Amino acid sequence: MIKEEELDLLLNELFQRYGYDFTNYAKASLKRRVNRLLTIDRFTSFAELFYRIKNDPDYLTHLVEELTVNVTEMFRDPALFKTIREQVLPVLATHPFIRIWHAGCSTGEEVYSMAILLEEANLLHKSLLYATDINPSVIENIKKGLFPLSQMKQYSENYILSGGKKDFSSYYMTRYEWAKFDERFQSRMIVATHNLVSDRSFNEFQLIFCRNVLIYFDKELQDKVLTLFDNSLERLGFIVLGSKENLRFSEIAGSYAQMENKEKIWRKMR
Amino acid sequence: MAKNAITKYQYVVIGGSAGSLEIILKLIEKLPEQPKATFILVVHRKNDKDSILENLIANRTRLKVKEVEDKDPIQINAIYIAPPDYHLLIESEELFSLDSSEKVHYSRPSIDVTFESVAYMFGNSVIGILLSGANADGAAGLAQIKKSGGYTIVQNPSTAEVGFMPQQAINLIEVNNIVNADELAGLLEQLLTPQLS
Repeated sequence: MIKEEELDLLLNELFQRYGYDFTNYAKASLKRRVNRLLTIDRFTSFAELFYRIKNDPDYLTHLVEELTVNVTEMFRDPALFKTIREQVLPVLATHPFIRIWHAGCSTGEEVYSMAILLEEANLLHKSLLYATDINPSVIENIKKGLFPLSQMKQYSENYILSGGKKDFSSYYMTRYEWAKFDERFQSRMIVATHNLVSDRSFNEFQLIFCRNVLIYFDKELQDKVLTLFDNSLERLGFIVLGSKENLRFSEIAGSYAQMENKEKIWRKMR
Repeated sequence: MAKNAITKYQYVVIGGSAGSLEIILKLIEKLPEQPKATFILVVHRKNDKDSILENLIANRTRLKVKEVEDKDPIQINAIYIAPPDYHLLIESEELFSLDSSEKVHYSRPSIDVTFESVAYMFGNSVIGILLSGANADGAAGLAQIKKSGGYTIVQNPSTAEVGFMPQQAINLIEVNNIVNADELAGLLEQLLTPQLS
């Protein structure tokens, strides 16, 4: 396990040299990421990694990608998506135009899940899905719409549990070991890098997803990011968090009401 | 064991997989009303979103039982459960944190991840217990607990429903104690009881 001082040294260097601020990330998880990096890139010591960071700017993209967690799946927590189908989409349907933000969306599985939901509710044509992440490389995948074919069985099961009635395989073409999702979905997506730590609000949305991102932040940064979301959400809009995340103890809690069925969906009341 | 006026152990972390649930439930029933310790459970299971395990345990004890949410406080006389599909980490002496990163030993939550995190933060005040299971998860974590000065216990592989998991730990380190399931509650009570020298 790397030492506290080494982690501080690393974070300081990343901020001073490259402007990436990880200082308010949760330490326990971040230490594991650095250790993992040492293993997968076969550094024999922290000093060796540190030297690489100082002297090889091209290493940065890979470093940030490995320090952040990029684990996601389509229709993860199917019951949540069922609630969105049944209780959130009917509200969104009343708007002439729908703007949705997937903050920290990684490789975009959630964005495609939502696009499918919107199409099935006949809302995709008047929706835009903003997909943002800190990693420029992982979001490239969203534009391609390619996902490992090996995952499709699991995603299909999730889709059905979320209330999906169609044949899930009708949404993609098989290309070797990849599932290529139809371009009508990509055409409704806007993909960009956005760092929740340092970048600002850039639009107003009716629905913001940020699932399993806040768990990697300390409470101070969580409050800052939730305030950013609050500033980016219309009144009566919705915020969706991860299944073990909570808005209850945050600074913005007073303005929000959680959906009744215990799903991690909050509505902005004022 | 050193005989101090107060017990040195304050954290009991228990890992198990196939065949461990029965043992954990029986152990919970026998815990004292004020064990003066924090219990942390990491059990491999299918993703149940309805907190079935939390209810099963809560029905057998008056201690506080909680499936951990992000940055929950760590309290004494409470039982915490690693939630399905997340690794459970110790963020500070006061707070848990969660991590949904890659599976370890095909498992999330992984016993190794939590054991290593507990060993790192709480060192020699930890009792680590590894129970029945068919997976190698937990052995490396238990070794870390031992290395940090904690007390290590495994279920006797020959009487466990699935002996593979505890056997992996025995192969890796010299554990402090190997017990049958029905001896576990007694040993734990003894370890947690303050003793005058």
